[in-house]
Amino acid sequence: MKPFRRVTARAAVLNRADVDTDQIIPKQFLKRIERTGYGEFLFFDWMKRPDFELRRPEYADAKILLTGRNFGSGSSREHAAWALQDYGFEVVIAPSLGDIFHTNCLKIGLVPIVLPEQDVETLMQAVVGGGSLTVDLETQEITGPAELFVPFELEPFARESLLQGLDDIALTLKREEQITDFERSHTARVDTSALPV
Amino acid sequence: MPPQTLFDRIWSSHVVVEPAGEPALLYVDLHLIHEVTSPQAFESLRLAGRRVRRPDLSVATMDHNVPTEEGPVTDPLARRQLDALRQNCEEFGVPLYATGSGREGIVHVIGPELGISQPGMTIVCGDSHTSTHGAFGALAFGIGTSEVEHVLATQTLPQRKPKSMRVTFDGELPPGVAAKDMILAAIGQAGISGGVGYVVEYAGPAIRGLSMESRMTVCNMSIEWGARAGMIAPDDTTFTYMQGRPGAPASGDEWERALEQWRSLATDPEATFDRELSVDASKLAPQVTWGTNPEMVVPVHGAVPDPADYDDPGERDAVERALTYMDLAPGTKIEDITVDRVFIGSCTNARIEDLRTAAAVVSGKHVHPTVRALVVPGSAGVKRQAEDEGLDRIFTAAGFEWRRAGCSMCLGMNPDILQPGERCASTSNRNFEGRQGQGGRTHLVSPALAAAAALAGHFVAPQVVEAA
Repeated sequence: MKPFRRVTARAAVLNRADVDTDQIIPKQFLKRIERTGYGEFLFFDWMKRPDFELRRPEYADAKILLTGRNFGSGSSREHAAWALQDYGFEVVIAPSLGDIFHTNCLKIGLVPIVLPEQDVETLMQAVVGGGSLTVDLETQEITGPAELFVPFELEPFARESLLQGLDDIALTLKREEQITDFERSHTARVDTSALPV
Repeated sequence: MPPQTLFDRIWSSHVVVEPAGEPALLYVDLHLIHEVTSPQAFESLRLAGRRVRRPDLSVATMDHNVPTEEGPVTDPLARRQLDALRQNCEEFGVPLYATGSGREGIVHVIGPELGISQPGMTIVCGDSHTSTHGAFGALAFGIGTSEVEHVLATQTLPQRKPKSMRVTFDGELPPGVAAKDMILAAIGQAGISGGVGYVVEYAGPAIRGLSMESRMTVCNMSIEWGARAGMIAPDDTTFTYMQGRPGAPASGDEWERALEQWRSLATDPEATFDRELSVDASKLAPQVTWGTNPEMVVPVHGAVPDPADYDDPGERDAVERALTYMDLAPGTKIEDITVDRVFIGSCTNARIEDLRTAAAVVSGKHVHPTVRALVVPGSAGVKRQAEDEGLDRIFTAAGFEWRRAGCSMCLGMNPDILQPGERCASTSNRNFEGRQGQGGRTHLVSPALAAAAALAGHFVAPQVVEAA
C-alpha cells in the first residue's frame, strides 16, 4: 500500500445520502479477477446521466470526494474502493461510511475521513463550484479557500498505517508464535477437510 | 466477572492478542469463500509467497455467478472466475463445493446446512450477508477482499470491538407475518444506517418462536441497516436443527460437551448494551418495499408516501429520486402495484421452509398470465429436499420456473436479470437501483407475499388469494 501524507487537489461534491456500493460499481464488473482497471466503471449507470455530479467539468481531476451520510453502504465488494481509487480519488469525506467499505478503504490506502454533518456541509459549500482542498493526514487538518480550516481525527493506528503504507498481513505474521499458542488452547470447531464430498 | 452479552463472550474468547494502541487480533473459526471476492486475495498470496494457514477451517463454493439453468457457463468472464476459484482451491488445498458436486449452493445456505456454522464461533466471508450465520449464536460478519487475504494468510483479523445493541421483538407475531416482515419493519423503524458500528443481538419472545430458517432471514438482513453483525442466542431450536449434520459434533460425549458449552453462551440477564431498541411484533403486518433501499418500506395494505410529507429537504430529495426510479406516483396503494417478475430465492429466503411456504400459497393455482416467476433453491441440498417433498411439481404446475441453486437474480451476476423497466416482487435483500438488472425495479417481500403476487399479478396479502 502506498503511503499517504497530504494532498492538495480539486474536490468533487456528491451531495446525497446512502450511496450504496452497487451504485459505486455495478455487479457486472465484479466478474473480473484483476485488482486494477475499475476506474472506468465507477458509478457506471449514473455516469450515463448528463446531469450526474461527477461529470461536471469543474470536478475533472478531483482527488477528494465529499459526499453524504452512509456512503458505501451495502455489499462488501472491495471493488467499490478500488474503483474510486483507480478513478483518481485519494480521500473520501462523509458524515458516515458503511462499515465494510470503511475498512476496505483503509486496507488499500484510500483515506476515509468521517466528519460531523455540519463540517462536511461547510467543505461542500467551499468547493461546490469547483475548488481545491488540502487534506493533511500528519496534522489531521483540512484547509481550503478563504482560510477554510476543518480539523479531523483518524483512529491513531489507522492513521499510522496510512502514513506508512503498512502491510498489515506482514504485521500479523510477526505474531505467528502468539497465533500458534492461541491455537493450542482453542480447539478447532470444525474440520472442513473431513466434510463429505 | 461482570455480566456479559453473547457478543462479549464470543469476542473475548477469540482475542489472540491486543497490543496497546492497536486493534485486537481476532481468531477466525471458519472462513467461507466464493468466486467473486477471492481471486485477488489468492493472487496476492501467491505474489507474496504466502500459504493458506488453515485450509481445514476454510471452505469454498460457487454461487454468485453460476447459471441456474442446466448447461455450461457461457459467459467467458464468469467462467474465468469460476475456473480461478477451482485452481486456487486446488493450489492452496481449500475444500471446494463446485457446481455439480451436489453440495454446492449459496455460501450462507450451505454453511448451516453442513452443520459448520455453530454457536460461539467467529465466522467470516467476503460477503456482506455473512451475518446470516449469527442465527446460530455465532459472531459472523462480512469482509472485503484485503481482509479475505488476511484471513487466508493468518486465520486472524485485526478488529476494533464494535458497540452492542439489542433489538427486542415483544409480543407474538400475528398469523401470516413472517421473519422477513419482522426485519423489514425493524429496518423501516431504525433506518438503513441505524445499525452502523453495532453488533446486534435479536431477542424477545417473537424471536424465540422462530425456526432456524426464519432466524437466518432476520440475521441475514442485519447489514441492510448497516450493522456489523446480527446474532441470536442458541437454544433448543438451534440444537435440534444442528444435530446429525455432517459438520456438527458427533452424537454422544462430543455432542453433550458441545451442548453444555453452547448453553453457557447466552447474554446474562444483568448485562447491558450500548443501545436498546424494541419492536412490537404483535402489531406487525406483511411488508413491501416501495423505494430503492430497504428502509423504504410499508405494510402491504399501505400506500407509497408523498415526498411533500417530508420536512427534511435531503429526505424529500431521496424519496423523490426513489419514486422516479421506481416509476411510482405518491399515494399509490401497494396492492395496486402490478409486477412483471417474481423471484423466490437468495440467501435471505431460499431455504426449505421458504419454499414450503411459497408452495402452500401457489398449490393448485396458476401464475398470472403477465407474470414470469422463478424459484431458485438456496443450495443443491435444498433443491433435493424440495424435490423429495414434491414442491418442484407444485411450482412448475403453477407456472413457476424451477432452477438450480445459486445467488441468481438477487444480484443478477448470472443470466437471471430484470430488463430495464421490469418490476419484480423479490424475496431477496436489496432493492438498490439496478440491483437485479440495470433499470429493474425491485420490491422486497416475504416468500408468501412473492407467491401471492405471482398469482394475482399485483401485491396482495396471501390470505386474500386463498379466499378467492
